[in-house]
Amino acid sequence: MKLALFADIHSNLEAITACLNHATALGAERFAFLGDLVGYGADPVAVLDLIQQYAADGAVVVLGNHDEAALGRATEALNPNAQTAIDWTQAQLGDRQRAFLAGLPLTIRDDNLLFVHASAVAPEQWIYVTGPTEAEQSIRAAGAGIVFCGHVHEQSLYYVGAGGRPMPFRPVSGTPIPTDKHRKWLAIVGSAGQPRDRSNAACYALADLERARLTFFRVPYDYRAAAQKIRSAGLPERLARRLERGA
Amino acid sequence: MSSLGPGSEVDGFRLGEMIHAGSMAFIYRLTGPQGPLPLVMKIPRLGPGERAVNVIGFEVCRMVLGALGEGPHHPTLVAYGDVETTPYLVMAFVEGVRLNEWIRRAPIAPEEIARLGAAFALALHELHRKDVVHLDLKPTNVIYRASGEAVLIDFGLAHHSHFPDLLAEELRVPVGNWQYMSPEQVLGVRCDPRSDIYALGGILYELATGRIPFGHPRTIAELRKRLYRDPVPPRAIVSETPEWLQEIILRCLEVDARERYASADRVAFDLANPTRVELTERGSRRRRAGWGTLARRWLQARSFEPAPCPPPSTQKNPAPMVVVGIVTRPIDEELCEALLAAARAVVASDAHCRIACVTVVPSAATLSGVGDEPTATFRHIRRLVELRKWARPLDLPEERLTYHVLESEKPAAALIDYARMNDAELMLIGAPRPGGGPRLLGGICAQIVAEAPCSVTVVRPKAGV
Repeated sequence: MKLALFADIHSNLEAITACLNHATALGAERFAFLGDLVGYGADPVAVLDLIQQYAADGAVVVLGNHDEAALGRATEALNPNAQTAIDWTQAQLGDRQRAFLAGLPLTIRDDNLLFVHASAVAPEQWIYVTGPTEAEQSIRAAGAGIVFCGHVHEQSLYYVGAGGRPMPFRPVSGTPIPTDKHRKWLAIVGSAGQPRDRSNAACYALADLERARLTFFRVPYDYRAAAQKIRSAGLPERLARRLERGA
Repeated sequence: MSSLGPGSEVDGFRLGEMIHAGSMAFIYRLTGPQGPLPLVMKIPRLGPGERAVNVIGFEVCRMVLGALGEGPHHPTLVAYGDVETTPYLVMAFVEGVRLNEWIRRAPIAPEEIARLGAAFALALHELHRKDVVHLDLKPTNVIYRASGEAVLIDFGLAHHSHFPDLLAEELRVPVGNWQYMSPEQVLGVRCDPRSDIYALGGILYELATGRIPFGHPRTIAELRKRLYRDPVPPRAIVSETPEWLQEIILRCLEVDARERYASADRVAFDLANPTRVELTERGSRRRRAGWGTLARRWLQARSFEPAPCPPPSTQKNPAPMVVVGIVTRPIDEELCEALLAAARAVVASDAHCRIACVTVVPSAATLSGVGDEPTATFRHIRRLVELRKWARPLDLPEERLTYHVLESEKPAAALIDYARMNDAELMLIGAPRPGGGPRLLGGICAQIVAEAPCSVTVVRPKAGV
C-alpha cells in the first residue's frame, strides 16, 4: 500500500494537481494532506474542494495554522503578506469550505503512524521542527513509529539511531530510503504549494508501507500559472515571486 | 547466532564453510545439493556482549549494496533477511585473493605496488562516483580477481550521500579500522571520499615498507597523533623506494584532505604512469618533520578543522577526458584530418575537457631483432612527435592535452583499458575506410565500440568530394 503525503499546499492548485498526478502514476492508493491547505495562493476554493473529495474517499487531512487563521480562529498574528492573503481567502470561502476546515483534527493516529501539521508536542501551538531537539520532542510526544508532518517547508527526514538522538537528513528526490520499523522516524514532507529552498518544484513524499520505504519527490509544475493567478487576484507581488524563485 | 555453523539452514539457505570471522559479522559460503554455490551469507554478530554497531552495520551494508546494484568492483546483494528477526545478507561470492596476501610479503616491488594500487584506486573511484565512501578500507577488504580487477567488500561502515547516515551519531569512539583511518574520520567526519584515499595511501605505505604508517593505536590520544605527526618517509625504511611512489603515498596521507589527491582516478593514473608523477619535496623526503615543525603542528591540530566534504554526486566530471585513438599505419592523412575536426568540435563544446592523444605500438620485445627497424625507443619518440604534430592545430594549453604511446599487440584492448583507467567520457576513433585502407581498423573499431567503458564516436572523412 502506497501512501502519498502532501503538506503546505497553500491554495496552489497547479502544484497539488501535479503532485497528485505524479503520486497516482506511481501507484499511490492512500493520501494524506498535512495541513496549511490554504493561505498565500489564489485557489483556496478549488484546492479545498479537491481535498474534500479525497477526504470523502478516506484520505487523512489535518488542520494547519493558515487553515485555522482562515477560520478566524488564529491566536497569533501571521506576517503581513500572509495575513493579507488570509483576509482575502476568508472572503473567498463558502459555507461548505468553512465547514470542511472547521471539522479537521489537529492530529490523526493510524496504527504506527502519526499525522500532524507541526510538532506533535502541543500541535495547536504550531512549533517548527527545525532541529534535532524539536524532532526528538515531537517523536517522543507522538509515540508512533513514523511522524509525518509539514509546517517547515523544506524536506527532511529525522531518524533515531543508537545514540537516541534524532539525526537530520536532507533527502535526495527519487531515492527510496529504507525506514525500518525498529527505528523511529520523523518525516517533513516539504511544501507542495510554496517551496522555499531555491527550487520552484513542488515537494511531496510517498511511503511504501509494506516494504518500509519512504521516497521524497520534487515535481516540476506550472508555477507561472499559479503566480499569475496570485497577481490577478491582487495579492502581494512577493507571494507570486516566491513561487517563481522557490525562495 | 552462535548456534549456527556449517550445515545449518537460514531462511532456506544452507550454510557451508565459514570463510571469515570478522569483528562485526561472520561470512559463510552457501551450499546446494551439488556443492558450494557462488554465494556467501553474512550474518552479523548479535547477542549479549556484542556491539550495537553490528546491527547498524548490517542495515548500512544492505542499504548501500542495495543502492549500488551490480558492478565489477563490489559484491552484488542477492537477498537479505529481516533486521528484527533473522538479519543476514546473501551476496555473490567474490573469487580472488585478498590484498593481505601481498601485505604478508611486504615490502614488495614498486611495480607490483603500482599494479595493485592502480586497480584498487580505480575500484574506489567507481564507488565514489556513485556517492559512496567506504570508510573501512583495509587489506582484508580488497579482493583481486584473476583478471587483476579489484573488488571492495564489507560496506558495513560505508556512507552513501543519498541515505541517512545511520552511523553518524555521537559515537564516542570512531568506528572503523584505526590503523588506516583518516584524520577527519578520527574527528567524526564521514562524508569525504578523500578519507578513502588516505586509507589507500596507508595500505600502499604498508606494501612499500612492511610497516603501518601510524602503528597500532590503542587509545584515542594515540589515534589523534596522525593529526600532527607525519609518518616516517618510506624511503627512510626501504631506501630503494622510488621517489614517485613515495610522492604518491605521502600525498594520499596528507593530514588536510585538500592536500591529497582530489579523486581516486588521479591516484590510479599516477600509479600507472610513474614517469608523469609530479615530484615535490614529499617524494625525496628522508626524515620526518623536526621538533620545531612538530610543535607547531601539534598546536594547530588542537583546533584542526577538517576540510568540508566535497558536494556529492559529481554527476558530470568537471574536466572530462576525451581519448583520441590514432592507430592507423601508415598515417591516413584524410582520417587524421577528420579526427582533428571532430576533436575541435568537442573542444569547442566543452571549455574544460582534456584531450588525450593515444596511439598503440607493438611492445618493445616484439620489435627487437626486426631487421632494419629503428630501435624501440626511437620509434616511441617518433610516434610522440607525430601525435604532437597532429594535436598542434587544436591550440590547447598544455594541461588540457596529453600524448601517450601505448605498447601492446592488441590496439583495441589497449585503448579500452586506457579509457577505463582514465575514466574517459568519450573516445574518438577513425572508421575503417570502405573499399581499402587498413583492413585491421575494422576489427579494432568494432571491438572498441562494443567494449569501451564510455561513448565512442567513430569518425569518417566525407566520401568523394
